[in-house]
Amino acid sequence: MMKLDSRIPSGPIEQAWDKTRFEMKLVNPANKRKFTVIVVGSGLAGGSAAASLGELGYNVKCFCFQDSPRRAHSIAAQGGINAAKNYQNDGDSIYRLFYDTVKGGDFRAREHNVYRLAQISVNIIDQCVAQGVPFAREYGGLLANRSFGGAQVSRTFYARGQTGQQLLLGAYQALEAQVDAGRVRMFPRTEMLDLVVVNGAARGIVTRNLITGAIETHAADAVVLASGGYGNVFYLSTNAKGSNCTAIWRAHKRGAAFANPCFTQIHPTCIPVSGDYQSKLTLMSESLRNDGRIWVPKQAGDKRPPSQIPEPERDYYLERRYPSFGNLVPRDVASRAAKAVCDEGRGVGETGLGVYLDFAESIKRVGRSGIGERYGNLFEMYERITGEDPYQTPMRIYPAIHYTMGGLWVDYHLMSTIPGLFVLGEANFSDHGANRLGASALMQGLSDGYFVIPYTLGNYLASSKLEKADASAPEFQTTTAEVEQRIKRLLSIKGKRTVASFHRELGKTVWDFCGMSRTAEGLRVAIDRIRSLHEEFWTNLNVPGSEGDLNQQLEGAGRVADFFELAELMCIDALHRNESCGGHFREEYQTEEGEALRDDEHYQYVAAWEYGGPGGQPALYKEPLDFEYVHPAQRSYK
Amino acid sequence: MNLVLHVWRQRNAASEGRMERYEAKDVNADMSFLEMLDVVNEGLIAAGQEPIAFEHDCREGICGSCGFMINGAAHGPERGTTVCQLHMRHFKDGDELYLEPWRAKAFPVIKDLVVDRSAFDRIIAAGGYITAHTGSAPDGNAVPVPKENADRAMDAAACIGCGACVAACPNASAALFTGAKISHLGLLPQGQAERSRRALRMVARYNEELFGSCTNIGECEAACPKEIRMENIARMNRDYLKAKWNDR
Repeated sequence: MMKLDSRIPSGPIEQAWDKTRFEMKLVNPANKRKFTVIVVGSGLAGGSAAASLGELGYNVKCFCFQDSPRRAHSIAAQGGINAAKNYQNDGDSIYRLFYDTVKGGDFRAREHNVYRLAQISVNIIDQCVAQGVPFAREYGGLLANRSFGGAQVSRTFYARGQTGQQLLLGAYQALEAQVDAGRVRMFPRTEMLDLVVVNGAARGIVTRNLITGAIETHAADAVVLASGGYGNVFYLSTNAKGSNCTAIWRAHKRGAAFANPCFTQIHPTCIPVSGDYQSKLTLMSESLRNDGRIWVPKQAGDKRPPSQIPEPERDYYLERRYPSFGNLVPRDVASRAAKAVCDEGRGVGETGLGVYLDFAESIKRVGRSGIGERYGNLFEMYERITGEDPYQTPMRIYPAIHYTMGGLWVDYHLMSTIPGLFVLGEANFSDHGANRLGASALMQGLSDGYFVIPYTLGNYLASSKLEKADASAPEFQTTTAEVEQRIKRLLSIKGKRTVASFHRELGKTVWDFCGMSRTAEGLRVAIDRIRSLHEEFWTNLNVPGSEGDLNQQLEGAGRVADFFELAELMCIDALHRNESCGGHFREEYQTEEGEALRDDEHYQYVAAWEYGGPGGQPALYKEPLDFEYVHPAQRSYK
Repeated sequence: MNLVLHVWRQRNAASEGRMERYEAKDVNADMSFLEMLDVVNEGLIAAGQEPIAFEHDCREGICGSCGFMINGAAHGPERGTTVCQLHMRHFKDGDELYLEPWRAKAFPVIKDLVVDRSAFDRIIAAGGYITAHTGSAPDGNAVPVPKENADRAMDAAACIGCGACVAACPNASAALFTGAKISHLGLLPQGQAERSRRALRMVARYNEELFGSCTNIGECEAACPKEIRMENIARMNRDYLKAKWNDR
């Protein structure tokens, strides 16, 4: 029987984090080096955590599957990072950022976590500026801001279209400084394949060296997972090809609850799919919606080129349906609206799965150079991929999977249901509810890594009586044996189908039935299909090569095997949640105007699933959500 | 279109490599170069052979994982483009393409087109940072940075660490990579305190890693997918000389 204790502090929300920090136990500076901490993942959350814990004096081991920690997928974030600095004097405040994030998450996030995030947002900007992150500046030398992703204040800080890259390099450089100082040991090209639990606490991991194939164990006093989201369950997503759910899924199977797996985010502005060889989808920054107008032809099946469709025959459907937010409605709303017009046969491009994002009017207003200054690099990227010039012809865009709000359940201290296992960034579920607002992923990753875990981890270590970390404990041997056996099994199937072929089919099933809109009937079909395809996977998979070498097919096979199990849980979660909220849209639950219809009476809770064993049913635990400060209302962007 | 590929195949660091010939058939012009290789690999697996190993991750030109030589050009023929963003519309039916890993003593081959670029991490660890322990920062607007400096710092900071500059350089020099980081941090007021130490330590590490010296040939700038400019090498040299002089 699992227990969900969210450890939310009592008292006014404004003082909750201060109070918690004061009540936490501290580790004596001289004792910190005696504690070993494992950090899995080196993106914004993992990199910043490893660097900060190293600075504090802990003995840190940091792992990533890429060849360098600088390559973590945080690097691809384009748009920006929010902070309640109110530098623009336009009415922003910590409370407003808190309010917007809770509302944007469609009232399925924990208020206290979100409030802390908004508080810490201001420290993040200071920290990154001090590290030399080259944020955009005004001529007077002060930091520039822009409005982003539907926010009505300008609170987004950015570094051209490469904000994620620059923030990650800041964290990476801080991490490398600690490597040089000998306080962090970095293990690149090393993949965590399992979690080791001893006496109910997380005490280490089992890894595979991706070059030599060596299976190794690492013992520690605590394990921090910052391994990112699971968007690649859909095969086609904006995630990097290597992004995977293995670290969190293995931890789930060892006892960590998985929360809200069906809350996934579809980003409205991606380049549409062009053929079946397609390996991934490319995001075009949402900032484009500040100046681009979205439209489709009014007539279904109108195949004329965009320039020949006269103004009165165009439907600027976001401006029509949402006059006050127009093209800047939140991501889930914009995505669903695009799907709706394509379902009506009004989609554009060869596949009919696309809508226009048109800059003609903005180019008329501010000139070609004005648009070039704002979006030049994005326009180039679009042209490079599609061969079309967006200065001349409207871009074609379509929604794609971009982010997963669900993840391992954590309490206010970011600890999972396994003591000593902490989860940061996209890998946890905590801050975005059922929908994430633009420019908040970077904020959350860095908040968790720089400013939350250094405190809460110390408290855990100081208040637990842990025996010395010891990799010779029998649990390490049994877990290693299981990992080895699984690799042998994958290599011994010798079937006919490749990893990519299974992954593609799995992804299509999840996208069709558990993507932008879901129905109970469809989800049941999906669960059946996933199960039978999963069976075929373990009997008809073909993994060439051996285990003792760099073997990218073997790496992929292990990850896809985990995606199968997660996909099933996503569908089970989506099926149980008989309401629509944020990114989870159940067709049965919508208003007459086609908007998401929440059911706060029955579903105002976090769904935390406990692993049910091989072939068993997962068990549902509910963490009720209280909204004391931001009162639930139907989100309206009209 | 149909293409002929000659690809460097090498099982691991210890074994000998060789060029192998493959045919890529019915290549779609809208594919990326890596998607074309994905299709070739699916064919190899079906035929019971091992697929070609190549490094890749984001496939958006920003993570810096991918990169190999196509007919002697790092990341292929298009300027300012990583190989994951290179599309097949730039090639024509019947083209013969030679794919080789980055060639440099400091980047040993791991397998096929995959090389070990960890020397870059060690150069950064030697001083490619501003020491600012978490929590110790003043307000973000406490120190104004002239816009032109912030912009030039950003130009240098855009480096993705792919290693094309080293591969393109006849000396296998890492001057552009190292210079870009020294410039990025040295152009900002926050980076001044460690400016001399940074230049001395990073250049020393770069030499230990067996990269060649810069002789101002300029192949690096031409090959760089982010079009990082050679002026960054000049800034590195200036900082290094100044620091050396003061260090005597």
